[in-house]
Amino acid sequence: MTKAGRTLLKTMFSLAGGALLSASAMAQTIPPPGPTVEAIKKRGELVCGVDAGIPGFAFQDSSGAWKGFDVAYCKALAAAVLGDPNKVKYVGTTAKVRFTVLQSGEIDVLIRDSTLTFGRDIDLGLTEVAINFYAGQGFMVRKSLGVKSAAELNGATMCMLTGATLELNIADYARSKGTTINSLLFEKSEEAFAAAESGRCDGYTDDTGSLAAARSTMKVPDDWMILPEVISKEPLGLHTRDGDYRWSDIVFWVDAALKTAEEFGITKENVDEKKSSTDPFVRRVLGLEGDFGKKLGLDNEAFARAIKAEGNYGQIYDAYFGPKALGLPRGINNLWNQGGLHYPLPFR
Amino acid sequence: MTEKIRRWIHTNLFSSPLMGLLTVFTIVVLAVVLPALFRWAFLDAVFVGSSRAVCGGGACWAFIADRLDQFIYGRYAPAERWRVNLAGLVLLAFTALAIWPRNPFRVLCVALLVTLCPAIVGVLMVGGVFGLAFVPTDQWGGLSLNIILTFATVAISLPLGVLLALGRRSGLPVIRWACTIFIEVLRGVPLLTVLFMAMVMLPMFLPEGITFDRLLRAIVGLSLFVSAYFAEIIRGGLQGVPRGQYEAAAAIGLGFWGAHRQVVLPQAFRLVVPGIVNTVIDLFKDTTLVSIIGLFDLLGIVGQSLKDPNWLGLGREGYAFAALVFFVCCYAMSLFSQSVERRIKSARH
Repeated sequence: MTKAGRTLLKTMFSLAGGALLSASAMAQTIPPPGPTVEAIKKRGELVCGVDAGIPGFAFQDSSGAWKGFDVAYCKALAAAVLGDPNKVKYVGTTAKVRFTVLQSGEIDVLIRDSTLTFGRDIDLGLTEVAINFYAGQGFMVRKSLGVKSAAELNGATMCMLTGATLELNIADYARSKGTTINSLLFEKSEEAFAAAESGRCDGYTDDTGSLAAARSTMKVPDDWMILPEVISKEPLGLHTRDGDYRWSDIVFWVDAALKTAEEFGITKENVDEKKSSTDPFVRRVLGLEGDFGKKLGLDNEAFARAIKAEGNYGQIYDAYFGPKALGLPRGINNLWNQGGLHYPLPFR
Repeated sequence: MTEKIRRWIHTNLFSSPLMGLLTVFTIVVLAVVLPALFRWAFLDAVFVGSSRAVCGGGACWAFIADRLDQFIYGRYAPAERWRVNLAGLVLLAFTALAIWPRNPFRVLCVALLVTLCPAIVGVLMVGGVFGLAFVPTDQWGGLSLNIILTFATVAISLPLGVLLALGRRSGLPVIRWACTIFIEVLRGVPLLTVLFMAMVMLPMFLPEGITFDRLLRAIVGLSLFVSAYFAEIIRGGLQGVPRGQYEAAAAIGLGFWGAHRQVVLPQAFRLVVPGIVNTVIDLFKDTTLVSIIGLFDLLGIVGQSLKDPNWLGLGREGYAFAALVFFVCCYAMSLFSQSVERRIKSARH
């Protein structure tokens, strides 16, 4: 065994020993509320499971720093719990290992464009905490087609990846509208893009998050538009392990705070000015009234810090999917009062 | 002179009508492909830029230039990257000494290569002592990760392979069966399965909250797998040593270990160097599989860089670069193996 290996092994064993000791100590006394938060505070960093690489949600820039929509959520959580959005250790997870690393405790929270489903909740023993992105199958078509809605796609041919669901959804959708949409299948996304580019099909269909990335790889992205309809349900969101309800509560309410902040016009720039507001909801979110942070085992400034990390929900969305980034229309990812589905529970 | 060339062309390219046809066909294909490839790779290529906005019709090598540091060092803290370079130099120096044929202390150098060298490299890379900042292994990546994985795996699995090979030839049934089962099981499953076991199953057996370093898990998985292959290669070498050598060693009073250490193993190793290098080349390429379990080796980090909105859609350039790097490394190892083979041949005559 190498020296590097040995050093690591030693560290590992001492860590393991420490964890065993504290576990046995905990067994003798009443467990404190929220062992995950305790562990995060002791460690000094949040371990956040993100996608190993997907445009918009999680990627690394040229300097190696993690960026993206899901990454911004990690930062907001770290800011709320630890007071510093940069105290995050990102674990890039592939689709195959994502739930195992969460179950085994390697990560504290999984924010990885993962659909919340019954199976993951019940069979895998996870908690489906909150939805941060309503995805679903959408369409990208040539602007020259002159189509404004998916219902007008009668007789069109769509390029897509193989995999039963995309094709099935299209067939179901077309049948429900009494139209026909032809599909042209490809094994790799690059091939499908190239086919769409060369005019072999009128458009490309995929999950909305990937659609925005597909549009930006086109030679002239402005020749293409993403239609507003989404024809299948893929609610992407935040997962925690079952068993620590206090930690799941914190994750849930940080998500709610980011959305409430947008609802009441609190941005990362004006958090401090807003503290003079008289609106009771603003005052509660910012920790001026009601002790909401303290009741979760944090401090009252927690939500204000989370908002300061990368801004409110709308700001985070715009930074990675907005017109200046991937150019994905917000559609159902708007707040409820803007015609979308995000409906944060009230702080009261 | 021209006669010589003419004859060479005749015997090598047009020795029969079929050969002539194939030669013409190959030349036509090359004439079609090469200019287009050259045009794409050099003439129309873009070499400098900070986002894909600069890219044109040709290759966009600006992407590689922008990301080169990451491709080599992963997310290793930029201020500490000199340590990776130094570790690489140390590794290179030890390796060069160990394989230099005229080095009088070569055996000692090989011993140091698998003992002192990993210690120095490990301290440099991990840090946390002698005033070096601690760099957690999740920040390692890129080509340096491939090299470290390969080196660590060889350093662990070569001794393990020797033990397994000796065990499989042992006269004690329990040891023989244990070694045989280990070797056959690990050779009978794909490497990916072993890696997934190390990654996904191992944490399930440990109490909740206790995690094992990912890199270490990958090294353990790779080492177990490769040691089974080494064991079989070395066993082949042991069988190639004439029986008289064993008997002669026994006749001068050497025990089992003494006979193997001083008489049998040195001869066996000489026989199997090409096989070992072959496995190391395989291993070096197989280390790219760790990207599937969430470690960012060269191929993994190329794939990930392609997801940066600044550089979307540059798969061709990224994968061409990775292929070139792997080819250069593997070809160098292959050349070394060939030179060793030549030396062994001439030593026999």
